Amino acid sequence: MRAVHRLTLPRALHPGAWWLWALGMAVAASRTRNPVLLLMILAVTGFVVAARRTDAPWANSYAAFLKLGLVVIGVRVVLQALLSTRSQGPTVLFTLPQLALPDWAAGVKLGGEVSAEAVVTALYDGGQLAVMLCCIGAANALASPRRLLKSLPGALYEMGVACVVALTFAPQLVTDARRIRAARRLRGRTRGSFRTTAMPVLEGALDRSVELAAAMDSRGYGRTAQVPRRQRRITGLCVLLGLLGILLGVYALLTDAMSFPFALLTLAIGLLLAVSALAIGRQRVTRTRYRPDPWALPEWLVVAAGAVAAAVMVVAAVRGVHGLLLAGPLVVPPVPVLPVLGVLVGLAPALAAPPQGRRVAA
Amino acid sequence: MIEFDRVSVTYDGAAEPAVRDVSFTVPEGELALVIGRTGSGKSTLLRTINGLVPHFTGGTLAGRVLVNGRDTREYRPRDLADVVGFVGQDPLTGFVTDTVEDELAYSMESLGTPPDVMRRRVEETLDLLGLADVRDRALTSLSGGQRQRTAIGAALTSHPAVLVLDEPTSALDPQAAEEVLAALQRLVHDLGVTVVLAEHRLERVVQYADRVIEVPGGVGLVTTGLPADQMVTAPVAPPVVELGRLAGWSPLPLSVRDARRSAGALRTQLTGAVPLRRTVTFGVELARCSDLVVGYGSVTALRGVSTSIRAGEIVALMGRNGAGKSTLLNALVGIVPPRSGTVTASGADPRRTRPARLVQAVGLVPQEPADLLYAATVADECAGADADFKVAAGTCRALLARLAPDVADELHPRDLSEGQRLCLALAVVLCGAPPLLLLDEPTRGLDYGAKRRLVEILRELAAAGHAVLLSTHDVEMVAEVATRVMVLADGELVSDGETATVVAGSPAFAPQVAKILAPLPFLTVGEVATALERAS
Repeated sequence: MRAVHRLTLPRALHPGAWWLWALGMAVAASRTRNPVLLLMILAVTGFVVAARRTDAPWANSYAAFLKLGLVVIGVRVVLQALLSTRSQGPTVLFTLPQLALPDWAAGVKLGGEVSAEAVVTALYDGGQLAVMLCCIGAANALASPRRLLKSLPGALYEMGVACVVALTFAPQLVTDARRIRAARRLRGRTRGSFRTTAMPVLEGALDRSVELAAAMDSRGYGRTAQVPRRQRRITGLCVLLGLLGILLGVYALLTDAMSFPFALLTLAIGLLLAVSALAIGRQRVTRTRYRPDPWALPEWLVVAAGAVAAAVMVVAAVRGVHGLLLAGPLVVPPVPVLPVLGVLVGLAPALAAPPQGRRVAA
Repeated sequence: MIEFDRVSVTYDGAAEPAVRDVSFTVPEGELALVIGRTGSGKSTLLRTINGLVPHFTGGTLAGRVLVNGRDTREYRPRDLADVVGFVGQDPLTGFVTDTVEDELAYSMESLGTPPDVMRRRVEETLDLLGLADVRDRALTSLSGGQRQRTAIGAALTSHPAVLVLDEPTSALDPQAAEEVLAALQRLVHDLGVTVVLAEHRLERVVQYADRVIEVPGGVGLVTTGLPADQMVTAPVAPPVVELGRLAGWSPLPLSVRDARRSAGALRTQLTGAVPLRRTVTFGVELARCSDLVVGYGSVTALRGVSTSIRAGEIVALMGRNGAGKSTLLNALVGIVPPRSGTVTASGADPRRTRPARLVQAVGLVPQEPADLLYAATVADECAGADADFKVAAGTCRALLARLAPDVADELHPRDLSEGQRLCLALAVVLCGAPPLLLLDEPTRGLDYGAKRRLVEILRELAAAGHAVLLSTHDVEMVAEVATRVMVLADGELVSDGETATVVAGSPAFAPQVAKILAPLPFLTVGEVATALERAS
């Protein structure tokens, strides 16, 4: 067995594997409103992040996404409490002062009685969204977005570089703005104007990007093999048509706008066009890749864990397994055995992913 | 290896060519040093070598530049990337990736080098430049010297025959500059790389050069020659050369070692002489920190610094990159809040004073001088500064004319060279004539002439009862102007005393004249000249 297949050899897992696993968990979360299952998914992703994250700057993003999730829940509950009506349930928690609205807004009620059912439903709905956000947060914390962009197919390389540069520039703009605001004190000015704040920041960013472009040019960025113009145009057209096909196919599959086989066919043609365009586009690319992330057994196991969790929940939802959706807001949430086991499979990366040895700040 | 044949470069819209009628040849394996005043066209000259001028910058190139047999008119910078490695002025703006290893591999990836070759070369380069310990580190977390070495390494991995560097040591402390120059030495001697570098700090590099290319700017013609010959007449010269000229040594020494061997007679002549130094008349206390602690997040930048600066003093603040120099200056103008301890500037608490009043008490020229400049032309900027500081119209322009005589009114501040921009920021702050003046690395990118004028102005201000605190890596400037030196290390004040005592004892901070004439107490060529005059 080659060393890269070992689960114990410290290395960074392929960022794509982390993203696929996280997407699997997010899909699982999207199939249920049962708070027990949602909390389990949260716990599973949190545990894996805690077990396998590095101390790189982006590794803290799980906490950031968790906070964002709490904000989502909070907003949802407060809005629902303000707008709640009797129709959602008979249990009145408390009564807020009700705002008198004009006649044309007859259907809307602001304030007044707040029912427990409305608040709990909002809590569960918000919770679902928050858990899905946390899954994305887990992917961000475990895999550097830059490394993911680096694994893009060769034909998309230039787009990837643009994204990477943007990722560097955004935080730099914030630092610049802070520095320039501080420097304004030195000219004795209290209030800033567009001229004295935004302009220097933008000018600085422009200067820097010109410098970066010069550096990239002098380091060989953009050296490509000669390809006839006609072929370049055909490739471009293929990408566009392919993306359109994928878009239509996915839309049709989700909404029953077309018959099932026809939608599948559109999707397949779209995929085929896009993939072949990428393959043709690769011919132009003469670059090579330094230490590409390997895709080996641990990657397969991690992706499989996410896929199993997602598949169990999707199948359970389609079959109407009891316990994914609650009978009513105020019942005690049940604990469905099969989905619980499915979610627990998502824990596998805590062991299957190799410990992070490389790329740890010394 | 590099051949310039009657090359002139004229940028679009410029009336005068930036570089005029340049012809020279740099043979393989030489280290060529490009010298010249601020804004004389050194960067333009360097950028013509890899075709950035005119392919990237625009403008018209007349004549012909041949690099390794390739004509830069036909090859774009990216097509020359396998022959010329280019390292720009600020390495951080040129980084494309985020870790050291990836950055080293970037050029090779673009050139399509096979993966196994890439792997080997990255390892070799890590060892060659002493970067193996930081291979996985994020580029932003590196020290200045490590960043510069990474940038050099990144240009080197594709094995170019020519390496072009624009002021590689200007932002570095003396130790980091030594690291970078030692690495360059190795490249030239062991690998036979042809190196072309521009530098203002001649005292650091002239001894390593095989050839000097002097760019006079304006209508003068570019001249080349051996360093020792070229230095006899060069308008910009390091202290060791000026001392050699003063003492009439021939051949002119370029390194401290050579100078010390010629200096026996001079030392005997000077024995017993005492350098004439300006006596400081101490005035009122203008700055005070007591037990100052400043931190950013989990980093503590200053740990309990206590000091006091009085009117009439010029204090130099020295120490490694990241030792807390800028933090101390920023704390004195209230940009960063103290965690504990107190700061007063001209008797006021800078955090509690309104900006309009604060500028009448303390002025700071920040490390990034462009932060202070808002206007679209130099003339507008000066007028704005006069209004901001409520001084007579024209004050700022007059100061600028003194610091940098040849800056045109209608230029955009961002189109100035780094040195000229610094002069403009200096003029803006100086026109308020604050009692306490703080300068954060005021000599970066300045040529000797501009430095001399800056020294004059600082001395005048000190004599007129101002206090000056400047952070700098430039030991020659410190020897020239400072009355007191404070050295910060890791956020603590490790030494604080008269310039001669602090500077002369340290191998890193001693100016060249002190090294040449040790154990005599002279620090600058000026002091030696006065002593000789008085003796005769």
